Amino acid sequence: MLSSAPQYLVSGLTVGATYGLTALGFTMIFNTTGIINFAQGEFVMLGGMLSVAFLKAHAPLPLAVLLAVSVAALAGCLMERLVIRPVGRAPAVNLVIITIGVSILMRGAVMLAWGKDTFSLPAFTSAKPLAVLGAVVRPQSLWVLSITLLILAGLKLFFSRSIHGKAMLACSCEPKAAALVGISVDRMAMLSFGLSGFLGAVGGAILAPITLTSYDVGVMLGLKGFAACILGGLGNPFGAAAGGLILGVLESFGASVASGYQDAFAFVMLLALLFLKPTGLFGAPGSDRV
Amino acid sequence: MAATPRHAGLLALGVLAALLGLAPLALPNDYYLNVLILCCLNALAVMGLNLLMGYAGQVSLGHAAFFGLGAYVTAVVTATFGLPVAVGILAGVSASALVAWFLAQPTLKLRGHYLAMATLGFGIIVSIVFNEAVGITGGPSGFVGIPRLSLPGCAPTSDRSFYFLAAGVLWLGALMAGLIMDSRTGRALRAIHASEHAAQAMGIDIARHKRFVFVLSAVYAGLAGTLYAHHLTFVAPSSFGFNFSVQLLTMVVLGGMASTWGALAGAFFLTSLPEFLRVFEEMDILIYGGLLVMCMMFMPGGLAGLARKLACGLLGARRV
Amino acid sequence: MSVRFGGIQALSEAGLTVRRGEIVSVIGPNGAGKTTLLGVVSGAVRAMGGTVFVDGRDLTGRPVHERAVAGVLRTFQNLEIFSNMTVLENVLTGAHLTAGYSLLDSLLRTRRFRREERRLRGACLAHLDFIGLADRAGDMASELPYGEQRLLELARALAAAPRLLLLDEPAAGMNNAETSGLGSIIRRVRDELDVSVVLVEHDMDLVMEVSDRVTVLNFGHVLAEGSPSAIQENPEVVAAYLGED
Repeated sequence: MLSSAPQYLVSGLTVGATYGLTALGFTMIFNTTGIINFAQGEFVMLGGMLSVAFLKAHAPLPLAVLLAVSVAALAGCLMERLVIRPVGRAPAVNLVIITIGVSILMRGAVMLAWGKDTFSLPAFTSAKPLAVLGAVVRPQSLWVLSITLLILAGLKLFFSRSIHGKAMLACSCEPKAAALVGISVDRMAMLSFGLSGFLGAVGGAILAPITLTSYDVGVMLGLKGFAACILGGLGNPFGAAAGGLILGVLESFGASVASGYQDAFAFVMLLALLFLKPTGLFGAPGSDRV
Repeated sequence: MAATPRHAGLLALGVLAALLGLAPLALPNDYYLNVLILCCLNALAVMGLNLLMGYAGQVSLGHAAFFGLGAYVTAVVTATFGLPVAVGILAGVSASALVAWFLAQPTLKLRGHYLAMATLGFGIIVSIVFNEAVGITGGPSGFVGIPRLSLPGCAPTSDRSFYFLAAGVLWLGALMAGLIMDSRTGRALRAIHASEHAAQAMGIDIARHKRFVFVLSAVYAGLAGTLYAHHLTFVAPSSFGFNFSVQLLTMVVLGGMASTWGALAGAFFLTSLPEFLRVFEEMDILIYGGLLVMCMMFMPGGLAGLARKLACGLLGARRV
Repeated sequence: MSVRFGGIQALSEAGLTVRRGEIVSVIGPNGAGKTTLLGVVSGAVRAMGGTVFVDGRDLTGRPVHERAVAGVLRTFQNLEIFSNMTVLENVLTGAHLTAGYSLLDSLLRTRRFRREERRLRGACLAHLDFIGLADRAGDMASELPYGEQRLLELARALAAAPRLLLLDEPAAGMNNAETSGLGSIIRRVRDELDVSVVLVEHDMDLVMEVSDRVTVLNFGHVLAEGSPSAIQENPEVVAAYLGED
């Protein structure tokens, strides 16, 4: 196993990047609204499936992906506007159930449109793998990692430099104060949902060439993304990304030991975290907004 | 939920018995008996979940796991080890109860989203185990050859007789739920839902009560699972996954989350819905999602709340 | 009976002794630590040092629900009635500990269950009658006006057969008529039910009217202690309330 350790590392980081992006989506919405969006995984699914759909409609690959993530972002905004906002301040249970309902709707719509088959997305560049440090690395993996890093950098800039980013941070810390200084909390909520949709969809689109996509990949990806979120500390964007990568790598090594159960791994970890250290690796103690 | 005066509760039980007893007469043919049986079994599981969610205010997104545990344990005990069905059912129910008992301690300290996620994670782990432990469970292709239900003094040989057995168990479950809720335990559970601080201050041991209702809900689900196994004589892991947990959840939510009768109505309605919507076979997943969203947005009181409003409107009286 | 403790961040070296059948009021400016003091006694707050003794029983560090078993009951500053139940059910829940039957009794509806439930209903209606809400027994608790909801919390606490009753600003939001009604109820609790009371309040008229002794807290310390009239004339107390000139 040791000889293939670099291989497991690479595949783990690749999948982990998508977990990280999904986790970032959770964090974004949670930080701005305090809601855990169970439909986050469906945004990831939309990224892959919509890219396939646009590709089939004869769009060139880059455009297809771009359209896909834009539609997913739009779906996020619509979700907030049509479903979340009217409910207002509801008990956590109700919100959980509503977001589950929306995720089912999204899944169902995709299934009706494109069936239950699995689809593949072509890799972004030519499919000749490279050999790096004893591991066979597909170019797509490099795309995954580099796009993820780009997005992380972009987010950092967004939150520290742009007015919208700072406004979102303000909403998460102190919504009433934010409203008082003229920030539209509603609009920020919608923006956070849209951004989460974007992030999730990017994660789905870049991974689809490697792992294939279908209408129901969202459930597992979403839940594992949440596990990664908790691992990194709920509310901490850096933690979310790191948690995703760590989870991906751990899962990859775990699969080499007990394949078939590797999916369970993420959930065992989630339970262990929730029971023993809900604040995760990097979360501040008492960052419980529930 | 307002207290049901004792005589009204008894009346409701009587009505339920009548409805359950007469239901087969309303069916055009015996195929639908199968649907009715499934309605009863789902309703049994949902009744337990409703006690947990509606009365005690907790949430469980992994309840299919307890249903599946009941089914698989009895399957293994009766088919693999050849023990009598009665032992199998006892083992199945006990297994669910035991797992719930151990899970309760760490899980019920959690609140809101964390509790939801923990139960969800638990449900998925169990369903993965069902899929992977091929030697014990038969894996994804399922477990065949489960013996039919035969208890000392009772061996239903037809769907019709099995239905009456299932309906009888359901009725007993409703009776027990009513007896518990109309006692100091029931008041304590509702108090915990309303205000944990105040409940504690009145001397109610929150942890113990939460654990009790969690185990009870698992018992209901586990029992339903055992009956399910002996009815179909075949079980597969795909029946006990996240999708089924969501269905159970939808039934509770549709029922109104506070009323046993609402939960029953929700279960019967949603289990039989696919039969009415044969045309929309593929759409049922959409309908479940739509129902969940619509219900939570516009009708958080569910069917029970709707019925209550209608009753108030008709009687023109404040609810008692 | 005595209650002694001290040493907590919001409180330091604050002690309180309540004798049997006494009404002791705890007053002080906002932030002085009054609710924290109640919290330590009721178990909601963990003290970093010191002890809590009730009736000779050491309750230090015991969980909240065990305090009720020992006879320490409380009402809440932010109303915490059970809004999903009727008025009577709220009080019946308060009597949870005094109900002498088990779960098995409930399931089998034994004679003991029926007898106890009958007794409980009677006792709880009597408690409601004591505070004047008997005619509202069947109403949903959430439908009561604010002042009556506060009284309901009191009745609920009384149903648990307390030895020591902790009242956290029970008169908050009440008008004068309601407050004087509350005052006579509190006195009756002491006289007729032989229950000791610790009252945290801002309403000085109520405090002066019902208290046997008054303890003044400021910045977590005990500033002064004594009879109501002595406290009124204590210059340090006046200064604490009005601030230094």
